[in-house]
Amino acid sequence: MNIIVCIKQVPDTTEVRIDPETNTLIRSGVACIVNPFDMYAVEEAIRLKEKFGGKVTVITMGPPQAEEALRETISLGADEAVLISDRAFAGSDTWATSYTLSGAIRTLGDYDVIICGKQAIDGDTAQVGPGISAHLDIPQITYVKKIEEVDMEKKYMRAERMTEEGYEIVESPLPCLITVVKEINEPRLPSLKGKMRAKKAEIKKIGAKDMDLDPGLLGLNGSPTKVVKIFTPAPREKGQVIEGDPKEISEKLVELLKSDIL
Amino acid sequence: MSIRVIDEKCGGCKLCVKTCPFGCIEVVNKKAVIDLDKCNLCGACIESCKFDAIVLTKISPSDIDFPKKLEQYKDVWVFCEQRNGIIQSVAHELLGKGRELADTLGVDLCGILLGEDVKGEAQNIIHRGANKVYLVDSPKLKHYQSEPYSKVLMKLIKEYKPEIVLCGATSVGRSLISRVAIGIHAGLTADCTGLEIDKENRLLLQTRPAFGGNIMATIICPNHRPQMSTVRHKVMKEAQVNNHHKGKVIEVNYGDDVYSSRTKLLDIVEEIEETVNLTEADIIVSGGRGLQKPENFYLIEGLAKALGGAVGASRAAVDAGWKTYSHQVGQTGKTVCPKVYIACGISGQIQHLVGMQSSDVIVAINKDPHAPIFNVATYGIVGDLFEILPELTKKFKEVLKR
Repeated sequence: MNIIVCIKQVPDTTEVRIDPETNTLIRSGVACIVNPFDMYAVEEAIRLKEKFGGKVTVITMGPPQAEEALRETISLGADEAVLISDRAFAGSDTWATSYTLSGAIRTLGDYDVIICGKQAIDGDTAQVGPGISAHLDIPQITYVKKIEEVDMEKKYMRAERMTEEGYEIVESPLPCLITVVKEINEPRLPSLKGKMRAKKAEIKKIGAKDMDLDPGLLGLNGSPTKVVKIFTPAPREKGQVIEGDPKEISEKLVELLKSDIL
Repeated sequence: MSIRVIDEKCGGCKLCVKTCPFGCIEVVNKKAVIDLDKCNLCGACIESCKFDAIVLTKISPSDIDFPKKLEQYKDVWVFCEQRNGIIQSVAHELLGKGRELADTLGVDLCGILLGEDVKGEAQNIIHRGANKVYLVDSPKLKHYQSEPYSKVLMKLIKEYKPEIVLCGATSVGRSLISRVAIGIHAGLTADCTGLEIDKENRLLLQTRPAFGGNIMATIICPNHRPQMSTVRHKVMKEAQVNNHHKGKVIEVNYGDDVYSSRTKLLDIVEEIEETVNLTEADIIVSGGRGLQKPENFYLIEGLAKALGGAVGASRAAVDAGWKTYSHQVGQTGKTVCPKVYIACGISGQIQHLVGMQSSDVIVAINKDPHAPIFNVATYGIVGDLFEILPELTKKFKEVLKR
């Protein structure tokens, strides 16, 4: 079973704290991590490999520094890693990003499943996973919380897809693309052996010229959307402290919330 | 867009180094140097700089040449998501916003409805302000599946050429519209919280939070049509019902190849544990580690029930197994923006805050007066939730007579 996992390197917002004085973010020394949702994707891929054999290839599009993120996935058990990096990709929106990733996937040969995290925590769009499957014209199952069955002979998979009210059971032929949510598994920690392997592993690098893609559809030029303004949102107004014994507090709060609740 | 440091102005103070969320600025020889490979042009450093030494060159809408054929595209479309034949409330909100945008542009507001036996709902969409409803009714479209839905929507867009397409940022909407945007090479902006028209340039200004809401970005789509956005629940105001509003239902049918799907929906499982859908709830009562043990969630549930609200939980409570993941509010859970959010025994780690800080009113109940949750609270209560919650529930029951 050949599995491809798409990951993204993002700033670790869990290290970010709020400055109680200014109510702004303290961002100093924020490290880069593998997008948390992608860690579930990597784990699921490794579990599938352990069950069915085959190979896990992790790919990422990003700056040269993203190599670190790829090495981390190797320490967990990924077999190969590919860094898709080129100045030509700068300024890519989700259209151009999914176009580039699909181009990279085409260079990797046959695959059975592509796994992505449901979204990245910096942009929160959840658009790149479905975007890749659309570019590759393969079926997709988004928000997967459990893979119920994979049949490698009949080439299909059955999965539980999270919805607002519960979940759906969806079947798809292979190859397909799935995006996964946190509930799907508990990612393992790297082993010592894995860490050693990650250090030595060779990371394959590909750029725009290595793929069969239209240069006009890459990076900023290939991106239909453009950012025109960036600003920090107005901070919330300073709140009000309610004091007293539980009874008094409740009375005051009910009075204050009445208009919002009734 | 490009960013650069004006060396003559840079004082080498390192404020920008501290501010950069990507850690891509270094001070070399007392001058800031931006690593352009890492920079994503978020602009946070520009605001931090006391010397105005960093400049970001942006594209302004008037710099953009308009290809003439874009003018063929008109009308504002709202994808009216139905589940079990019922239009989802987020569509009503989008019809409200859509009407406003259509009026500003002087075009029609159209509802898009896919489903089985949903003709009756088409009238309801008209009563919510639509001038037209494009209805595709087939047993094959009863439930959402990504391929038939995206193929139908792409066909409709190619044929009727809307200028704007709005869709709820739901588990269906996000998956569907991402696929559609690729197929027709349209611009798509996720999770918008603000939509406005730049009348002069006839562009949709789409504002959305990034970085868990710590940065806002306004995005345009200058050279592609339609301009597409997904919008969160509860951000826009619902369109009012007017039973006298008239409109036209246009039924469209396609061949079986358009309705075909490689994926197959086998079953839909509704988790009855959840009485109210978290993302749609007007009121959410959430519990965290401060509840001490899972049984104590009854306090949260009691208050939620009295208020007719939903039950949320912090990541700590979910990770401890006290509540299922579907209740989790925050970065790795759900992003919610109810009218009232009551956080009980939740300290307010940044991962939690990004999931709920856009709520209209936030009430925080916590023992620790220094808990970060109080920074975002509209009403802060420092105290013991075991004493306050029962009292509060009682009081609300009295007032609401539930």
